[in-house]
Amino acid sequence: MVEIIGAYQVSLITTMGISVILALSLNLITGFCGQISLGHAAFIGAGAYGAAMLTTAGWPFAAGLAAGTAIAAVLGLVVGLASLRVRHDFLAITTMGVGFLFLGVVRQQEWLGGEMGISSIPDAGLGKGGYMVLVVLIAAAIALFSVHLKRSWMGYAFDAIADDEDTARMVGVDAARYKLTAFAMGTGLAGLGGGLYAHDVKFIAPDSFGFIESITILSMVVIGGIGPVWGVIVAAAVLSVLPFWFQFIEEYKLLLYGGLLFAVMRFSPGGLAGFVAGFVAKHKRRRAAAP
Amino acid sequence: MTALSNTAGLLEISGVTVRFGGVTALDDVSFAVNEGELLGLIGPNGAGKTTLLRAITGVITPGGGSIRLAGRDITGLPIHARVRLGLGLSQQLVRPLRSMTVIENVALAAGHARTLSPLAALMVRERSAERESALKFLDMVGIAEVADGQPANLPLGTLKRLEVARALALEPRLLLLDEPLAGLNHVEAARMADTIAALNKDGLTVILIEHNLSEVLRVCSRLVVLDNGRRIGEGEPRAVMADATVRAAYLGREAGDAAA
Ligand SMILES: Nc1ncnc2c1ncn2[C@@H]1O[C@H](COP(=O)(O)OP(=O)(O)OP(=O)(O)O)[C@@H](O)[C@H]1O
Ligand SMILES: [Mg+2]
Repeated sequence: MVEIIGAYQVSLITTMGISVILALSLNLITGFCGQISLGHAAFIGAGAYGAAMLTTAGWPFAAGLAAGTAIAAVLGLVVGLASLRVRHDFLAITTMGVGFLFLGVVRQQEWLGGEMGISSIPDAGLGKGGYMVLVVLIAAAIALFSVHLKRSWMGYAFDAIADDEDTARMVGVDAARYKLTAFAMGTGLAGLGGGLYAHDVKFIAPDSFGFIESITILSMVVIGGIGPVWGVIVAAAVLSVLPFWFQFIEEYKLLLYGGLLFAVMRFSPGGLAGFVAGFVAKHKRRRAAAP
Repeated sequence: MTALSNTAGLLEISGVTVRFGGVTALDDVSFAVNEGELLGLIGPNGAGKTTLLRAITGVITPGGGSIRLAGRDITGLPIHARVRLGLGLSQQLVRPLRSMTVIENVALAAGHARTLSPLAALMVRERSAERESALKFLDMVGIAEVADGQPANLPLGTLKRLEVARALALEPRLLLLDEPLAGLNHVEAARMADTIAALNKDGLTVILIEHNLSEVLRVCSRLVVLDNGRRIGEGEPRAVMADATVRAAYLGREAGDAAA
C-alpha cells in the first residue's frame, strides 16, 4: 500500500480518517441529539490514555483499543448523568469544565506521565499502510452506522429531543435515557478515535487533548452542518489536512476555527450541507423558471 | 363530598396545591374522573385549569396533594412515564416539533411502542405503519390535507388540531384537551367537538378544558368548575351552570374585565 500511494499520503489519509471518526462521534451527541459539547477532547484523551497505557503494559493492540473505548464511554455516561438536569446553554459550560478538569487531573498524575505524557507507545503491528486501511474501515463503519441511526426510530427520537425536549417527553420519549445513550455512544467512539490517534503518533501528552482540540472537532461538526453525515465527513477531512498544507495554521488554530465557527453560524447556519442543499434548490428553481 | 368523588375513578386528584411564588394557582383541589366519562373542566381566565393539567402530566410538581391514575400514585413520576401509563395531552399553547412535517409529528407519537427503549429503537427503520395510523388521526381531526406541511407555515387552528391528533396517536386511556377548539371557526369547532364526543362514545375517557361553553354544554356529561385555584362547582352541566357561585365567578370576572 505504501508503495502505491507514498508515505506522505498514507499519514495524511490516516489523520483524515481519525478526524472523521472524532467528528462523527461528536455528531452523534451534538448533530443528532442536539446536545452541545465543548469538552469532547476529554473523552478522546481518556480513550487515548487508556489504550496507550494498556498496550504499553503489554496488552494486545485490539484489547487496548477496546478498553480505551469502554473507559471513554463510562466517563461519558458519568458526565452525561451529571449534566442531565442541566439545560442547553449551561451544558456548554459544564462540558467545557469537564475538558479542563480532565487536563488538570492528567497533568498531575505521575503514573500517566504528567506533563511529559506517554511516549514510545507500541506499534499496532499492521504497518503504516495496514494501519491506514484499519482507520479508514473504522471511519466508514461509523459513517454507515450514523446513516442507519439517523433513519432508525432512535434517530427519530433524537430529532424530537434536539427540536424540543419537553414535547419529546410529551409523546413518551424518555429524553434522559436517549441523551445518555447519545453521550455513551459518542464518547465511546471518541475514545476509539483517541486510541487510534495514540497508536498513530505513538506519543501523547495532556496538550494533545486541550480546549483547542474540542473546538476543532466542534468546528468540523458545525461546518459540516450539525447532523448531515456526509457534510461532517467532508468538513472533518478538509479541516484535518489544512495544517499539513499550511504549517502556520497550527499556530492560529483557535483563531481560525473560532472564526469559521462564527462565520458559519452567522452566514450559513445549516453549514456545508445546508449551503449545498440551498444551492441545489435555487438551481432547480432557476431551471424550472427558465422557458 | 358528592358520591362521584368517592367512587374510585380512572384519575383521582386529591388535595392538589400549586404555588408560583406568591400566587396560589391551585388550592387544595380534589375530584375524580370516571372511566368512560367526558368531563368538562371550566372556569374563568387564570382559574388554574392549565396548571391542573400540567400537574397531571408532570410538567409541574404540585406543592401538595396526590394524583392517582387507575389506582396508581403517579405524583412523583416523570412526564414520559405518565404518558406511557396512558395520559395524552393536547396543550393550550401549541408545541409542534418544527423540524418535522405534520405527519412526522403524529407518527412519532403513534410509534410510542417503538421508542420505549433506545436500543430497540435503533434496530427498526420501518415507519410506514405508524405513518398510516398518523394519517388516520390527522383525518379524524380534519387536517389530513396538510400532512406533509411544515408546522411553521400553518395557522393556529391547524396546529391546535395537530396537538389533538398527536395526543390521540398515543392511544391514551385518558385524553387531556386544553382548549382544543381555540382558533377554530364555528363549523370546525362543532366538528371537533363531535369528534371528541364520538371518541368518548367509543370508550375514551376525556377531560376537556374549553371556554366555548355552548360546545362544552353540548358534549360534556359532567363539569368541574375552577375559580381562583379552587373547585367551586361539580356535577351535571345544567345544574352546575345554574349554580349561584358559578354564575357569580363568571359574571364577576366579566364585570371586572369590563371595568378594567
Ligand atoms: N409558570 C407560571 N409562573 C407563574 N405564574 C403562573 C404560571 N403558570 C400559571 N401561573 C398563574 O397561575 C394562575 C392560573 O393559571 P392557568 O394558566 O392555570 O389558568 P387557566 O385556568 O388555564 O387560564 P386560561 O383560561 O386563561 O388558560 C394564573 O394566575 C397564572 O398567572
Ligand atoms: Mg389555560
